[in-house]
Amino acid sequence: MDTKTLEIRNLTVSIPTDRGVIKPVNDVSLEVPAGSIVGIVGESGCGKSMTARAVMGLIRYPGKVTGGSVFLDGREITAMPERERRKLRGAEMSMIFQEPMTSLNPVIRAGKQVAEAVRLHTDCSREEAKARTIAMFREVEIPEAEARYSCYPHELSGGLRQRVMIAMAMICKPKLLIADEPTTALDVTVEAQILALLERLRDAGTSVLIISHNLGVIARICDYVYVMYTGRIVEQAETSVIFEKPEHPYTRGLFRAVTSLREGRDPLETIPGQVPKLRHLPEGCSFSLRCGECTEQCGTILPELAETEPGHRVRCHRTGKGGAA
Amino acid sequence: MILTRRKQAEQAMDIALQSQIGEEERFGDLMRRMARENKTAVISFFIIILMILAAAAAPLLTPYGENEMDLMHRLSAPSAEHLLGTDEGGRDVLTRLLYGARVSLLIGVVPALLSLILGAVLGVIAGYRGGIADAVIMRLADVTLAFPSMLLAMVIMYALGGGILNVFLTLTLVNWANVSRVVRAQTLQLKNSEFAEAARITGVSGGKIMRRHILPNCLPTLLVLFTLNIPASILTESSLSFLGLGIQPPNASWGLMINTGRQYLYNAPWLCFAPGAAIMLTVLGFNFLGNGLLDVLDPRQKKQ
Repeated sequence: MDTKTLEIRNLTVSIPTDRGVIKPVNDVSLEVPAGSIVGIVGESGCGKSMTARAVMGLIRYPGKVTGGSVFLDGREITAMPERERRKLRGAEMSMIFQEPMTSLNPVIRAGKQVAEAVRLHTDCSREEAKARTIAMFREVEIPEAEARYSCYPHELSGGLRQRVMIAMAMICKPKLLIADEPTTALDVTVEAQILALLERLRDAGTSVLIISHNLGVIARICDYVYVMYTGRIVEQAETSVIFEKPEHPYTRGLFRAVTSLREGRDPLETIPGQVPKLRHLPEGCSFSLRCGECTEQCGTILPELAETEPGHRVRCHRTGKGGAA
Repeated sequence: MILTRRKQAEQAMDIALQSQIGEEERFGDLMRRMARENKTAVISFFIIILMILAAAAAPLLTPYGENEMDLMHRLSAPSAEHLLGTDEGGRDVLTRLLYGARVSLLIGVVPALLSLILGAVLGVIAGYRGGIADAVIMRLADVTLAFPSMLLAMVIMYALGGGILNVFLTLTLVNWANVSRVVRAQTLQLKNSEFAEAARITGVSGGKIMRRHILPNCLPTLLVLFTLNIPASILTESSLSFLGLGIQPPNASWGLMINTGRQYLYNAPWLCFAPGAAIMLTVLGFNFLGNGLLDVLDPRQKKQ
């Protein structure tokens, strides 16, 4: 896997506020190799969605990408003029959201919304767009695809709406699909179906960047995982590696906080404290305030994201080359 | 007993399914659905049609001319000859009502429509684009709203001169600001909605998002504003006419008829009642029709 569908280098997003500039995405670098599913995990507010929006070029004012670059299939896209970037959206890269209930326009028929996406990026007639939409509906396993074409969004269930969203995102066969919490609002059986669908899309040649706080989802379908905390990547490794031997105390904490049916009576472990405000980040490691293994230098020096073994990087003084205390 | 109830439930399900998986609708189907769901709206629709026809066919419906005076029969009560009586100049009230409908219906509908279009377009641009466009458009709206609307209408009418086209223009310029404020507020909310975001993600341009995604979602509000603007326009026009700035006597408009009839309210109340009833009927008609259209046009309200 040497071609990269998406490569993010040192991406930084800044938002000026009344009390100083905050950086919800801070010096993030990540790669999505062609034909793979890559996951980003982290708590709410750690910058996962912001990273995705930055890639799509949809950071809302007054936020701004202030550093780094994004390469889509080898082309730099952050410096592109808006008009050209718009052509990429939908055609080369697209995105699906957490909330399938509100992601469709309530006054336009579901099929029409998808067909419009087709007509936007290709030169084809109304009938052709409709035919392609119905074919796509079948591909994402929407039953009675023809009848669903003329349904309004409120007439569809949550799972169906998410499928319509996926159909809309996939209809131009983009190279990259960003899925921002695609299954959070759905129940488990539907979740499993949607994940299987994402895997099939991957096999059909679309690389997927999936954002989730659900470790089960990540473990099931991702090839490679990035863990984010307060806007930075704190650990990255192949899925099997990270689940077997997580190195960063935050990652370990996350895994321990997963409920398990077997352990029975033990109270659920949590990570003590809260995510610090982006405005009041400690000088050193941003996790030092909640870390049980914190040493003196953790509070003052920011550890490097250092490689502990091939393909596994950790941002921690205790494990990385940043030096064991 | 249980069996029949189950059968009923199944039938209900069937009906629900049929309406769920609907085919594209034609105008006829729409009217039929409206007839089923909201009878008042259909009645209103026919009343409005009837009024338009009556206004158009006025010369055929009455033997008198619009301004035909008969000083021997001034202020006579309704009778077989004059169904709605006569006014202070002995003119037939029914005749004037029919001719006045031409002016009043136009004055009700045209400026309401124009201000709706102008206000909606400016409002959606202000809300969606933000920044300078927003500042300029909204300050213009503020200025418009800062003056009492009557005063503003008078000033514009003085500047433009009389005539029905200028009345249209004036009423449009007076009424657009309200519309644009409401539409802007809705746009601000809708532009951050996830479906607008989803459209942006598929690469839809800003202009198209405004047209296809935001404006149609404002339609329910716009319809209500439209039905509210019609009576406002009719009444403003009547005041303008009263001040000698709108439709000039002896030509008839409903507002003008009420204003002249006011002086004779005690001895000839029919002078006010007839045009008053006509205005009420028109306003209610448009209101009910608006509501009915809302029921059938807004897919979200179709659930039951």
